[in-house]
Amino acid sequence: MSAPSDTVSAGSARTTRLVIYTLLLVLAAIYLLPLYVMLTTSFKSLAEIRGGDMLALPRDPSLDSWFKAWGEACIGVTCEGIKGYFWNSIKMVVPAVLISTVLGALNGYVLTKWRFPGHKLVFGLMLFACFIPFQAVLIPMARVLGIFGMANTTSGLVFVHVVYGLGFTTLFFRNYYEAFPDELIKAAMMDGAGFFKIFWRILLPSSGPIIVVTVIYQFTNIWNDFLFGVSFSSGAESPMTVALNNLVSSSTGVKEYNVDMAAAVFAALPTLFVYIVAGRYFVRGLMAGAVKG
Amino acid sequence: MTTIEPVPYVTEQRSRRSYKDRLGTLLPKIVLAPSFAITLVFVYGFILWTVYLSFTRSRILPIYELVGFDAYYNLWSQPSWYMAIKNLAIFGVLYISFCIVIGLTIAILMDQRIRAEGVLRPIFLYPMALSFVVTGTAWKWFLNPGLGLEKTMHNLGWESFKFDWLINTDMAIYTIVIAGVWQASGFIMAMFLAGLRGIDGEIIKAAQIDGAPTFAIYRRIIIPMLRPVFLSAIIVLAHMAIKSYDLVIALTGGGPGNATELPSTFMYSYTFTRSQMAVGSASAVMMLMGITAIIVPYLYSELREKRS
Repeated sequence: MSAPSDTVSAGSARTTRLVIYTLLLVLAAIYLLPLYVMLTTSFKSLAEIRGGDMLALPRDPSLDSWFKAWGEACIGVTCEGIKGYFWNSIKMVVPAVLISTVLGALNGYVLTKWRFPGHKLVFGLMLFACFIPFQAVLIPMARVLGIFGMANTTSGLVFVHVVYGLGFTTLFFRNYYEAFPDELIKAAMMDGAGFFKIFWRILLPSSGPIIVVTVIYQFTNIWNDFLFGVSFSSGAESPMTVALNNLVSSSTGVKEYNVDMAAAVFAALPTLFVYIVAGRYFVRGLMAGAVKG
Repeated sequence: MTTIEPVPYVTEQRSRRSYKDRLGTLLPKIVLAPSFAITLVFVYGFILWTVYLSFTRSRILPIYELVGFDAYYNLWSQPSWYMAIKNLAIFGVLYISFCIVIGLTIAILMDQRIRAEGVLRPIFLYPMALSFVVTGTAWKWFLNPGLGLEKTMHNLGWESFKFDWLINTDMAIYTIVIAGVWQASGFIMAMFLAGLRGIDGEIIKAAQIDGAPTFAIYRRIIIPMLRPVFLSAIIVLAHMAIKSYDLVIALTGGGPGNATELPSTFMYSYTFTRSQMAVGSASAVMMLMGITAIIVPYLYSELREKRS
C-alpha cells in the first residue's frame, strides 16, 4: 500500500473501468439491436423499408402495419389478421397455467410433507418427464387427441400443456416446500388440522413468491410454445406462435416486412410485459428450472 | 342403562375415527395419484408407444405389426438424417461454446461493481422471454440478404460487404447459432453471475494481498471455482440444442434445401409431412436417447448431492 503504486493503480483502474463500461454498453447495444430493428421496421412504410436503412428511425412513423397485422393480414386462407390467434393463445394459456400450477402446488405439498415409501421414485419420474424431447410423445398424443375428439381444439392444447408442464410445477413447489419448517405442520396436526386445512391455512399463505415464479414460468413457456401448437392444431384454431410463423413464412403476394414485424411484436408483447413487470421472478424460475434438486 | 350407554357411543366413534384415519393417510396419495398416473401414461406410456412404432412399418397411419429394426436401417441410410446429425453437432458445439464464453465474459464484467447493473442485466436477459418464433422472425429480417445487415453496411459505405448466410447452403446453420446465442447467452450470464456472487470474497482478498493480478485471480481461482455452473450451463444448453425446433423453422425452415435440418425438424417432417411414421419414431427414439444420456447422470448426481 505504498503511495506511488497507489497512484499508478488509481490511474490504471480508471482506464479499466472505462474499458469495462464501454464493453458493456457495446454488448448491450448489440443485444438490443434486433428488438430495435423489429420495432422501427413495424413503424415504417414498405417504400421506406425498401429504399432506406434498417437502422434508421422511421421518417414518419405510422401504426398502419400494426392495425393490418392485428386485423387484416392474410394467414392461410383467411385475411383477418392475428387477433383471433392471439385470443386462441390467451384461451389456451390461462387455464393451462392455472391447472398446472394448482396441481404442482398440491404435488409439491404431498412430496415434501406427506412422504410415503417411494416418494423419491415418484418425484424422479416426474422430474425426468420435464426433459424428454417432446418428439418422443408427439405421435401417440396426436392419436389420443384424435380418438377423444380433442384434436385441433383449444381444450386439447390446454390438456397437453398441463400434462407436460406438471413436472416443472411440481419441481418448483417441491423445492420451495422442502425448506418450509416441518414443525409448523406437526403442530397443526396436533391441533387436529387435516390435509387440506394445513395446506390452505399454513402453506398457501406463504407460497406467494413460488406461485408467482411458477405462473410466470408456465405462462412464458406455454405462450411461446410452437411444437405442440403446430402439431395439434391448424387453421383458425392455431395459437399465436403458429400463426406468426405462417404469416412470416408465406410466400404469396408482396412480402410486407413491416406487417411481419408488427405481428412479431404482438406475439412478443405478453411475455415481454411479464418480464418487464416481474423480471426478478422470471429469472428465478429460469434458474430453478435449470439447476435441479 | 347408564353403564351400557357409553359403550356403543365409544365403538361408534372409534370406528369413525379409524375410517377417518385411513382416509387421512390415503388422502395425500389420492391427491398425487392423478398427476402421477398422467405422467406414467402420457410420458412413459407414450415413449413406449413411440418405441413400439419405431419397430413397425407405419407410414401415414400406425401399423402394429412388428418388423424389427427396419426403420432404424432406413433412418441411418437417409442422407438428410446424417445432415441433421452433422448440423446438430456443429450447432451444439458452437452454441454451447459461444453462450458460455459470452455469458461468462458479460458476467465477469457485470461483477466489477457496475453502477448500472439494474439497467444492463434485463437488457442481456430479455431475449430469453421471447418465443423462438419471434427470435427467428426478427433475425430473419435482420440478416435479410438485400434489405438487412448487408444493405446497412452498403449504406455505411462498405460496398463490397456481402452477407447472404441465410440463403447460403454452407453458412445457413451459422445463422441459427447466431440467433440461438443471442437468445440464450444472457441466461447463461445470469447463471454465472449468481455463481460469482456465491464465491467467498475472503479467498479473492487473500490473493489480492499476495499481489496476484486480477487476470490471474480469475483464471486460477475464480473460474475453477465456477465448475458446477459450467456443468449446469453445458447440460442446460445441450438439452436446449437437441430440442431446438421452433428457431430453425422460423429462421430458415430447415433450408435452404435441407442445409439446416436438425433431428427435431427431421422427425417432424418425416412423421407428419412425408408419412414415414416408423422412421420418424426411430428418429424420436434417437433424440430421446441423446437427451437421456445427458440428463439422467446429471439429475442423479444433483439429487444425490442434495441427500448427503
